[in-house]
Amino acid sequence: MSGAGYGSMSRRELLMMIGAAAGSSVAYRAMASLDLVAESDYKGPIKLEGDPKGASVLILGAGLAGLVAALELRKAGYKVQVLEYNQRVGGRNWTLRGGDSYTELGGFEQKCEFDPGLYLNPGPWRLPYHHNAILDYCKRLGVVLESFNQVNYNAYLHSAKAFGGKPQRYRHIQADFNGGVAELMAKSTKQKKLDQLVSKEDREILLEALKGWGALGNDYRYSIGHESSERRGYDQDPNGGTIGKPVPSTPMSIDEILKSGLWRYLVHGHIYEFQTTLFQPVGGMDMISKAFAKEVGDLVRFNCKVTAIKQDGQKVTATYVDTKTGGTPTQVSADWCLCTIPASVLSQIDLDVSAPMHDAINALPYEASIKVGLQAKRRFWEQDEGIYGGVSFTDLPNNMIGYPNTGYFGSGKGVLLGAYTFGPNAFEFTALPPEERVKKAIEFGAQIHPQYKDEIENGIAVGWHRVPWILGCAGAWTEEKRKQHYNNICQIDGRVLLAGEHVSYIPAWQEGAITSSLNAISRLHQRVVNG
Amino acid sequence: MRAPNRNKEKLMTRILGGARLMLCAGLVLGGAGQTAQAVDHSFSSGFKFQERDGEALYHGICQGCHMPQGQGAAGAGAYPALAGNPRLASKIYPAFMVINGKKAMPSFAGALDDDQVAAVANYVRSHFGNQYTDQVTPAEVKALRPKAPPAASE
Repeated sequence: MSGAGYGSMSRRELLMMIGAAAGSSVAYRAMASLDLVAESDYKGPIKLEGDPKGASVLILGAGLAGLVAALELRKAGYKVQVLEYNQRVGGRNWTLRGGDSYTELGGFEQKCEFDPGLYLNPGPWRLPYHHNAILDYCKRLGVVLESFNQVNYNAYLHSAKAFGGKPQRYRHIQADFNGGVAELMAKSTKQKKLDQLVSKEDREILLEALKGWGALGNDYRYSIGHESSERRGYDQDPNGGTIGKPVPSTPMSIDEILKSGLWRYLVHGHIYEFQTTLFQPVGGMDMISKAFAKEVGDLVRFNCKVTAIKQDGQKVTATYVDTKTGGTPTQVSADWCLCTIPASVLSQIDLDVSAPMHDAINALPYEASIKVGLQAKRRFWEQDEGIYGGVSFTDLPNNMIGYPNTGYFGSGKGVLLGAYTFGPNAFEFTALPPEERVKKAIEFGAQIHPQYKDEIENGIAVGWHRVPWILGCAGAWTEEKRKQHYNNICQIDGRVLLAGEHVSYIPAWQEGAITSSLNAISRLHQRVVNG
Repeated sequence: MRAPNRNKEKLMTRILGGARLMLCAGLVLGGAGQTAQAVDHSFSSGFKFQERDGEALYHGICQGCHMPQGQGAAGAGAYPALAGNPRLASKIYPAFMVINGKKAMPSFAGALDDDQVAAVANYVRSHFGNQYTDQVTPAEVKALRPKAPPAASE
C-alpha cells in the first residue's frame, strides 16, 4: 500500500467496488497485517458509575455519536447540551422521503418526489448482525428492524465487457465458478499433481469435498444435469403433474467465467460485514435518530455553526453562529467538550488542542461517495425478473443497483438505489449537477434493466463531497495515517475529546460512531469521577 | 469483446499481487451518439482518472467541491474559491495541493499522473479570472510527490 490517496490500486478498491464503504473496517482489516484490529466489543449497556458532581458536558454534533453521549451522560447525572449544525438530528443517519428538499453546496437544490412510504438512505443503509452496539440501541429505543438482503442469487452480475454486456444471474456465475474450480482441482488431484501438497488419506477426502462443494458428478466433472442445476437453477424448473419434468440448464465453461471477470463480485457475501444476517430499520435509517430524538431532543440546539472551540484550565467555550438568524456569535461553556464534528470540518474551526491532535485532525480528508435513488412506476425487478431485495453489481460507474428489501410484491411504485459509487467515479458523479447524476444513473442502469427507460420517473442524488456539513462520506484513514495519528486523535486533550466514526477502527459504519462515543464518555467519566 | 487483454491482465496480476481488480479496458460510456453539451462528462474506468486535459480534469473532478466557476462554497466547513485566489500566484501551490492534499482536500497523487496534475494546475491558474502565464511542468510536479513511505521498512 502506498497510502498515497486515490488511485493507489489495492485490495481496498476491490472492497470499495463490492460495496464496503471506502476505507471501511473491511478494507482496513483485509489489507492490514497490523495487530489489535478491534471488532466491536460492545458488551451491553454502558454503566457510568459514580457521581459526576454536577459536571457539565458540551456535545458538538447530534449524529449518532453525539446522541448516544447525550443519552448516557444525562442518565449518569451530567449537565448536557448539544449544538447541531442541521435542523435535524442524525447526521449521516439520514433518510430522504417525498416532500423533503435538500440543498447541497453550490446551492443546488433537489426536491424528493418519492411516493409516501418510499425513501432513500443516502448514508448508511445496513446493520451487520455483529454490530452489537447499534443493534442494542435499536432494541432499547424500540426501533423495529427487518432483514437487509445483501446477497441475492437471482440478482445480476454485469460487465459491459463480458457476455456481450448481458447481465448474468449471480447463481449462474457462482455455481459455475465453484463447479469449474472444483473440477480443475479434482482433475489435478486425480492426476497426482497435488501429491506433494496433500497426503494420500486427505486426497480421497479432498475429492469428496470438491464433489460436494462444486456440484460435481460421479465422474468428478461439472456438467449439465441434476447436480449442477440444483445450484444454478434449471431451464425449466421441476413442476407438478404431467408437465413436471425438469429441464436442466447448461453450465458455462470455467474459461468463460474467468475471462468475464464477474467472479470478482462473488466475494461480497463472504466478507464479515456483509454476511447474513444484516438488518435495516423499517421505514428508513433515520428511524434510529428519530428514536434518539425522543429521548434527548430537548438537549439539542439546532442551526448552530460552530466557529471556535477554546479551553483553559477551568472550562471549554464554544462559539457558534445561528445559521438562520445570523447576528452576533454566541458563546456557550461547559466543564468538558465531546466534539463529534467531522475532521474535514473541524480542521477549519479555531480549535484549542495540542499539536498532535491538530495534526491528526488535519491529516484526515473524507472519502468520495455518491448515492442515487430512483423511483420506478412499478416494481419491475420483482414482477419481470424475480429479484426480491439484494444487490446487482456492475462495472459501469453506477457500481451497483440495490433493490428495496421491504414492501415485496407491492403493486405500487418502488425506489431503487440506482448508484452507490466510490473512488474516481464518485468524484466524477459529484462534479455533475444533481439532475445529471440522476440521468447518468438511469442511463447506466438501463443497460442492466431495459425497463428503466419506461419505468423510472424521478430520482435524487447525494454526492457526499457536496454535503454542506461534512464534505465527504467518511474519514479516509490509511495504514500509515493510523500509525501516525490514530492514538493522538483518541486522547482527552485538556477538556476536549473527539468521537465519531473517524475515531474508530470501524470507519464509515454507525457502529464505529457509537462505540467511539461510548469509549470516549467512559474515559471522560473515569477522569471526572477520579479527578 | 469477451476476452480481456491478456498482457494487461498479466501486468495487473503483477502489480496487484493477486488482488486483481477491474480490467481497465477502455469503457465507452456516456451513451453512444450523445453529443457534447455544457456538462458533457466522461467517467473513468478503474481507479485512476482518465481525463487528460485541464478543462476535462477540472470539470470531471475539482468542480465537485470548488464549483463550476471556481467560486468555492461554504457550509459547516468551506471549500476555498479558486477564482481570484492569491495563493495561485505560485505555480507550485495548486500542484502541491493536488499531490499532497491538505485538511479536507484529499491527495490525488495515486489517481493522477504528473501530466494530469500539471494540466489541471495550469488550467485553474488561467481561468476563473486568474491570468497567470507561467506554467508548472510535469517534471516539477514529479518533484512534489512524496518519497516512498518509510513505513515499508518496518
